[in-house]
Amino acid sequence: MRNEKLDLVTGDFYTQNFQKGARENTLILNLGPQHPSTHGVLRVLLELDGEYVLRAEPVLGYLHRMHEKMAEVKTLVQYMPNMGRVDYGHPLAWNWAFAGAAERLGGIEVPERAEFIRVISTELNRITSHLLWWGAYILDLGAFTPIMYAFDDRERLLDMLQILTGSRLTYSSFRIGGVCADINDKFIELCKDFIPYMRSRLPMYKALVTDNIILRKRVEEIGVFDQDMIRRYGATGPVARGSGIDYDVRRAEPYSVYDRFDWQVPVYQKGDAMARYLVRLDEIEQSMRIVEQALAQLPEGKIIVDKAPKYTWKAPKGEACFPVEGGRGLIAVHVISDGGKTPYKIKLRAPGFSNLSLFAEASRGTLLADSVAILGSLDLIIPEIDR
Amino acid sequence: MNPIKKFFRSIADLWSLIVGLQITGKYFCQKHVTVHYPRKEIDPEINKTYRGHIELVASPKDPAKPKCISCLMCVSACPSGCITVVKSKPPKLSPEEEQAIKDAEARGEKVKKPSAPKEPSQWKYDFSLCSLCGTCIEACAVDSIRFSHELYVVGTSRNDFKYDLLARLRSQAEKSGHPAESKPEAETKEA
Amino acid sequence: MNGIATELIRIVVGLVAVAAFVGLNGLVLVYAERKGAGHFQRRPGPFEVGPHGVIQPIADALKLIGKQLFTPDNADPYLFWLAPLLSFFPVLLMFVPLPFGPVLTVWEVDLGLLLILAFAGFNVLALLLAGWASNNKYGLLGAGRAVAQSVAYEIPLLLAVLAIAFQTGSLNLSTIVTQQGSWPWQWNIVTQPLAFIIYLVSALGETNRAPFDLPEAESELTAGFHTEYSGMGFGMFFLAEYANMIVVCGVCTALFLGGWKGPGVDGFWWYLVKVYALLGAMIWFRWTYPRIRFDQLLNINWKWLLPLATLNLLGTAFLMKVF
Repeated sequence: MRNEKLDLVTGDFYTQNFQKGARENTLILNLGPQHPSTHGVLRVLLELDGEYVLRAEPVLGYLHRMHEKMAEVKTLVQYMPNMGRVDYGHPLAWNWAFAGAAERLGGIEVPERAEFIRVISTELNRITSHLLWWGAYILDLGAFTPIMYAFDDRERLLDMLQILTGSRLTYSSFRIGGVCADINDKFIELCKDFIPYMRSRLPMYKALVTDNIILRKRVEEIGVFDQDMIRRYGATGPVARGSGIDYDVRRAEPYSVYDRFDWQVPVYQKGDAMARYLVRLDEIEQSMRIVEQALAQLPEGKIIVDKAPKYTWKAPKGEACFPVEGGRGLIAVHVISDGGKTPYKIKLRAPGFSNLSLFAEASRGTLLADSVAILGSLDLIIPEIDR
Repeated sequence: MNPIKKFFRSIADLWSLIVGLQITGKYFCQKHVTVHYPRKEIDPEINKTYRGHIELVASPKDPAKPKCISCLMCVSACPSGCITVVKSKPPKLSPEEEQAIKDAEARGEKVKKPSAPKEPSQWKYDFSLCSLCGTCIEACAVDSIRFSHELYVVGTSRNDFKYDLLARLRSQAEKSGHPAESKPEAETKEA
Repeated sequence: MNGIATELIRIVVGLVAVAAFVGLNGLVLVYAERKGAGHFQRRPGPFEVGPHGVIQPIADALKLIGKQLFTPDNADPYLFWLAPLLSFFPVLLMFVPLPFGPVLTVWEVDLGLLLILAFAGFNVLALLLAGWASNNKYGLLGAGRAVAQSVAYEIPLLLAVLAIAFQTGSLNLSTIVTQQGSWPWQWNIVTQPLAFIIYLVSALGETNRAPFDLPEAESELTAGFHTEYSGMGFGMFFLAEYANMIVVCGVCTALFLGGWKGPGVDGFWWYLVKVYALLGAMIWFRWTYPRIRFDQLLNINWKWLLPLATLNLLGTAFLMKVF
């Protein structure tokens, strides 16, 4: 943009490019990388006509940490801690996708007890991810207390996961060939106490937030995505299931022991932000059902395969991909190895990237407050988008 | 919905506002969830599994020395390169012993030179680089590394997180009543 | 001559007392808000600074006073620094007609309600100047929203207050209080419940408090019209908001809740109890509800509050004529 008074060009490359298509009498605003919302470091260029958003363009890359490049200089076993840090919302799903891909590549079969432990910890992590999303979304919309209640429940979950894995946020407790730590009695006891407690909290969330007329007016009929739009952008997870597309990786491309449990995939037809909201709250209940059944059916055995890969393990030549249902959608890790010490390439497929691409088209013609509500309902975690 | 029904529906929806007030009002009168650190601390049971920074495991023979045989597997296993281990050098010989060995070699006898003890002389660890993955623990051939459960780790500069784990092991041994038998040559910064 | 002198002294003393009251209340309200927020969220709130955090607001005030006063690049310095002053000082004048007790009024103004409503308009001007003079797009958007909201919510406020004025026949707040009885069923809230609800909602909208705090919407506009203010500029806006809250609650108790009259002994203590109860309710609303979207906010005003307030007024007028 040319500032005539000061006779210099202001705005960076993206702003100048965006400015080219601007119409008369519109305001170009940066919903800047320094965001009071809790999404992360996301920059959205907006063209506003008063309160209405005419165009929106997300600018990524502020949090790019070159995870895929790091994969080329570390061995497969050494890469595991990276997976805990790609996405702080559901890191165990990323752990699983990577471990699964390496196991498929190396032809390693994971013992049954390890599979059950993986299921239990990943589902508990899913609950923490959805609680974090819920609290942050309501914080975006202006209510300051529900996030605190959500974090109270989350603390119990983090305590449980700490007993199992030792970490609270960035887990690297899966190993290629199994898991590194076993379930003990304290964990089972806490888990058995937690599930009824959480079941009693969900009606309170419903009464305080979901039924609240102010919230319903903010969230219902906002950001309606039709199925064609979802397919075009490749959005998955609760975003797709909120628009009636019944796609869950745990059912569509079954992995591990999910087929032994009796649980449902919540699907809502309306496609607005409220449908995505309800999908995620229902997924919390379904995750608890899975954990209950997994604890009841937990077999004895080893937690890691006998000759588990050491840090010098070279994967055989070939490629393998392992998709996993993460809190945000389809997470896939594709490992390509040429037989050497370090992999040739690891491709990380982040669901948030596809989900975010919806935003540019979906926010056209909405009010500024609505576009923020749509952004929140997509459940974006920027570190996984930028990797 | 016809307008009259819509009107009464809107009024009825306002009841949800009162319900919301009741819920927050109820929580206002309840106990706090926060643990008032440092007046109170969290249940130490929970922290027994916390992944703190790594520390050395004492050898059963001498609690002030680690089990480590300075094979340096952990150094190459660490993805972040935060471990530095220096092997011990062979013991210095007095001039007479050196002369005796030279004489024995000149006579053609096989002489065994005193070898370096299999223990580290330095074991440095940079916690600011560590990602607590546990690869070093699994790579260790003698199980000489474990996670400590240090929860309250606070520092004011980056150097506060560069630990000398041999010194830490020695101070742990002293605290549990087994002081080190010999003082090390280079006394470095305590953990 | 003597009469004028005593009256002048009374006004001057009264204004100083009001300034002190506002300052003190600023501290008390900041503390109450943060402690209230803490307890609603099941955490302690400020705790370390002083026993149970009572010195926290003083520490905050000292911090705000000690900060550097920035004028942003290309901002209009006169308007930029006029805005916080314009926001804060008229509020002191709004305390003049409030009847704290049977004789504890700074000056019994016959047109007390009119004075309060007139000076409330200064806030709108101050917000507009703040947003415009900041040379900041966020500030501009926030100011636009704030002006539309404040102007819109003054009207149902006025109509609700007018209903009481019709009923009492006077705009003098002290007269309105003396006409109510001591017991709760003798207060005006019994005869004008709808006006009370309309007044409360309009008051929340007028003072930019949640759920109507869109001009300060943090997650969308990074603090709206006061984005560029730091230090004492922000402090003035902050104080002005709390002072506005007290005025609005003060008027509400005088009009609807019987003012300084109460069961048992009448006196200024009842006034303070009721004002703080209403302030507590406003804090409760803030920490429970999400924000209302801007167009819905204006919808509520023009489609619901305004017709209801008008109907209420006409009904009151009709009933007064008939009985």
